[in-house]
Amino acid sequence: MGKKKTFSNTTFLLLITIALFIIMYVAGMIIFADKGFSKPQMFCNLLIDNAGLIVISLGLTIVMITGGIDISVGSVTALVCMASAYLMEMKGANVYMALICSLGIGLAFGIVQGFLVSYMKIQPFIVTLAGMFFGRGMTAVISTEMISIKNKTFLAWAQYKIELPIGTVSKKGNFLPAYIYPTVIVALIILILVFIMLRYTKFGRSLYAIGGNAQSAMMMGLNVNRTKFIAYVMSGFLAGLGGFLFCLNTGAGFVEQAKGLEMDAISASVIGGTMLTGGVGNPIGTLFGVLIKGTINSLITTQGTLSSWWVRIALSALLLFFIVLQSLFTSRKRKS
Amino acid sequence: MNNKGILKKITGNHLFFPLVCLLVVLLINVIKTPDFFSISINNGVLYGYIIDVINRGSELVILALGMTLVTAASGGQDISVGAVMAVAGAICCQILSGGETSVSELQNPMLIAMLAALVVAGLCGAFNGFLVAKLHIQPMVATLILYTAGRGIAQLITKGQITYVRVESYQVLGGYIPGIPIPTPIFVAIAAIVVIALLFKFTTLGLYIESVGINSNASRLVGLNSTKIKFIAYIICGLLAGAAGLVSSSRIYSADANNIGLNLEMDAILAVALGGNLLSGGKFSLAGSVIGAYTIQALTTTLYAMNVSADQLPVYKAIVVIVIVTLQSEVFRSFVKRMKIKNTKAANTVLPNKGV
Amino acid sequence: MQETVLTMHGICKSFPGVKALDHVDFALQQGEIHALMGENGAGKSTLIKVLTGVYTIDSGEIQIQDQAIVNRSPQEAQDNGISTVYQEISLCPNLTVAENLFLGREPRKLGMIDWKTMNKKAGELLGSLNISVSPVQQLDDCSIAVQQMIAIARAVDMQCKVLILDEPTSSLDDEEVEKLFKLMKHLKEQAVGIIFVTHFLDQVYEVCDRITVLRNGELVGEYLVSELPRVQLVAKMMGKEFDDLADIKSDADKGKTQEAEPFIAAEKLGCTGKVKPFNVNLFKGEVVGLTGLLGSGRSELVRTIYGADKPDSGTLKIDGKETKINAPIDAMKKGMAYLPEDRKNDGIIADLSVRENIIIALQAKRGLTKPMSRKEMEEFADQYIELLQVKTASRETPIKSLSGGNQQKVVIGRWLLTNPEYLILDEPTRGIDVGTKTEIQKLVLKLAKEGMSVTFISSEIEEMLRTCSRMIVMRDGQKVGELDADELTQDTIMHTIAGGESGHE
Repeated sequence: MGKKKTFSNTTFLLLITIALFIIMYVAGMIIFADKGFSKPQMFCNLLIDNAGLIVISLGLTIVMITGGIDISVGSVTALVCMASAYLMEMKGANVYMALICSLGIGLAFGIVQGFLVSYMKIQPFIVTLAGMFFGRGMTAVISTEMISIKNKTFLAWAQYKIELPIGTVSKKGNFLPAYIYPTVIVALIILILVFIMLRYTKFGRSLYAIGGNAQSAMMMGLNVNRTKFIAYVMSGFLAGLGGFLFCLNTGAGFVEQAKGLEMDAISASVIGGTMLTGGVGNPIGTLFGVLIKGTINSLITTQGTLSSWWVRIALSALLLFFIVLQSLFTSRKRKS
Repeated sequence: MNNKGILKKITGNHLFFPLVCLLVVLLINVIKTPDFFSISINNGVLYGYIIDVINRGSELVILALGMTLVTAASGGQDISVGAVMAVAGAICCQILSGGETSVSELQNPMLIAMLAALVVAGLCGAFNGFLVAKLHIQPMVATLILYTAGRGIAQLITKGQITYVRVESYQVLGGYIPGIPIPTPIFVAIAAIVVIALLFKFTTLGLYIESVGINSNASRLVGLNSTKIKFIAYIICGLLAGAAGLVSSSRIYSADANNIGLNLEMDAILAVALGGNLLSGGKFSLAGSVIGAYTIQALTTTLYAMNVSADQLPVYKAIVVIVIVTLQSEVFRSFVKRMKIKNTKAANTVLPNKGV
Repeated sequence: MQETVLTMHGICKSFPGVKALDHVDFALQQGEIHALMGENGAGKSTLIKVLTGVYTIDSGEIQIQDQAIVNRSPQEAQDNGISTVYQEISLCPNLTVAENLFLGREPRKLGMIDWKTMNKKAGELLGSLNISVSPVQQLDDCSIAVQQMIAIARAVDMQCKVLILDEPTSSLDDEEVEKLFKLMKHLKEQAVGIIFVTHFLDQVYEVCDRITVLRNGELVGEYLVSELPRVQLVAKMMGKEFDDLADIKSDADKGKTQEAEPFIAAEKLGCTGKVKPFNVNLFKGEVVGLTGLLGSGRSELVRTIYGADKPDSGTLKIDGKETKINAPIDAMKKGMAYLPEDRKNDGIIADLSVRENIIIALQAKRGLTKPMSRKEMEEFADQYIELLQVKTASRETPIKSLSGGNQQKVVIGRWLLTNPEYLILDEPTRGIDVGTKTEIQKLVLKLAKEGMSVTFISSEIEEMLRTCSRMIVMRDGQKVGELDADELTQDTIMHTIAGGESGHE
């Protein structure tokens, strides 16, 4: 019947993703060696630029494992950035206030959307589509003009260099260490926490169970509604946190910010092996999905002449490829 | 029929809800802007708030028609319609300009350009249809791809610029036919409605779409091909999005890949829901969606009059969607049923021995 | 010495309009396999749901090992020692075997799931039940039979005293059924009481100790397998007294005009998992009945001919020409019509009007580009509303507002409108009042006389005796016999259904 696979689907898809990333990055290193692509700082920049996206994508992965989806994360990010900028610049609040406010916004979205999806049983796409429009609109309600953040503590947090033991040697023979920012550390900590939660806690396993077959999970004694609800709350919280990290990276709030970020997050998860139908998902895969997106971005930016829209197109094409692949897997399973 | 019966008949009609919504919005508009309904003619052309609403609502009406069919047949929505509009506009302008950024003379026949745009839009619809009908991918997920990539593709077609076609004949579609005071988009919307109506008159598509949307199993057993029907619905939606894109593009005689059709997918979904159609599919009413579309457009005007900026509009629309979808949800409806049963039980126990 | 592990006494359960269980008693011994059987509406599934805590009882008593218990929820039932394995695999396909075994009660170390211990324990559990599968394999990489057994292993590991197996063998092949039986016998030795809900006669006689038969919500009786001949079991399930068999022979004139060539000839036609390959010849102008117990494959057989389930073996000849049916529309174009058994899910298109439901099949035959005019549709609809006496406020009423019986009439009208050459009626009179039942039976005979070939499936033998000139008998998913006009007595029919004794193949 189906016993021929020596390792499961998940591992297989994960390996494809990792391989894809390595191929892309190495290709970049070869093609653009003269433009600094092969420097360790390039990789560090990859992490720095995408720290927020990593956290957001992890939240999305959690929700997608249960079979749901959340396309409001981009708007939540924009709202968080704008709210933080507004609080710090217009209302003189300190960074901690801004951080708490960001987490609060994320939680609010998670709670409301989670309630509508889990208890009112409304389709997640519609709920989070409305959430997306709500968030985007609220961003404009706060301010239609861009607000740059000049708060000293904030900027200190954003630009505090953490030097790494690897680096490059300059022409003069000086060792220039590669560096990362605290946002990267936060992202990696979240990654570890999410990994542990998904793999080693009852709650984490129940997410997979519900995504696999919600009816069975219920009959085996799991509280499906509550688990789904908590998943959305978690995703909202991570969207708030990730949005704040994103803000640390961009240093401003404006209406058009993070447009399409939800697509990046979904693509990263799907490319990382998360199945849209639920029940399958791997945070490590999501990380590599984000790195792939970042690499595509870097490749196209370094190339210089191609329009930035190519990043979106390439990502959509990859997403399409993986969606079709997943659907082929599922239909083959259904037949056998 | 007694009074109660007539009332029940009116409220039971499926167009009751959309008409009430429209009336409410128009009422609010009139209160805010007393001369909302006044029409005047200047320079041989009609002016007035109400004209504006009907005019600007044309693209939405066209989109709503397609969205209704897709929703009815597949129980999901096509969120790529805005992006497909941009693609259609881009193709048309690019062909008309022969590749230049700005022209004042048509470089190629307008008919060819428009037809090409419609064909490409139809292909986008076919792409979506293939993913949904053949690969059984969730509609919103499948259309998410073009939603993201579509505008990028449009940008590529216009080579990253906004292509201008500063030719009077091109502005007719989005503007005015010489000598006719009514804006052309209104005619285009009417034409779209007529075409779809004829389609339903001369084919069985309407019945098939409803049947497949209501019960796919039973439909198969009576000989219907649900894959083919869903596929057709998505192609039609694509073609209509293309037409709407041409109108939008003609209005601004250019192809602005970033702004044509921006956020219109949400409006289209709203229009379908306001029209009394279930977002989970099945029976549908095109008339309801058309009314819903004008309602949304009037709502937008109301919000503008209340000094809500374009960027802030989505907040209100999001709330309206959530309210409607909650009211349509199974959980809510069974809750209401249980309340009704409780009330009738209470009412019955209060009146003892009423006699047989 | 066998101890009684479960006693149910005087169980009553009603729903609006129907009494599902009426003073039903049931007793289960330790270490026995006890079959629970009954036809449609017998109350089997209600009894099970009452035991598993899905429903609460209106009155009566349930005792586990002489202790009275109340089951208010599936969790409580489980805590009381009642475990259930359902027909639909209620496990999570994306998790491993070990995870499924321990979901919700995973062994933990320092607050985190201890995978090593879990896999080890899983291996031990599987080994103790002779289930050969690796604990780290993903569940949906295992065959259905193995998945069934894993579900049982999970139930058993939770120290159940009563194990309910609800139709566990429906999707298994013979080899897999044997594996399952081995496991069940093993559990017997471990003093677990097993309730085996099934409709497969052969399996009951192979592995069960006792049988309880329900009918129309009432207890018919509890019997030792060794003391109940098969024919008597069939009789009890169908509500017949075997001794008082009036030779209910056909009374109507069935004037069978059988032509030389069959209109439909199926040779070794089969659909894996649904019906074993069968040979059937159907002639114009005759009414052929398909009989057998519920689940014997009657519906599956006709569905395979019609293309509702795509056949994967054998050939089908229509009017002498070999034909491939890929989808129902092909069958329809060749003159077939099929009234499905499951009216709600396969028959009515709930939100569409009576008129639309009536014309839909004929319209599908005519094609997308040839819509009927409104007038034509109304005429057709009125014709059949009149003919079948459908009670409806108007032809525009949504069919979901009609009563079940009237819905049925509309669907019958739908197929009659297509003027078929071969008409399949699967339980056409279910839910219909007696008067209309007779009308439909007369109609069926009339159609056959006019040259139509009809296949009639019903659970009521008298009905079929009145209309059919020939009967095909099904048991356990395959055709086991055919009876001609002169053999058509209740006696022979039940013997053939029961098998194992007299009755010709």
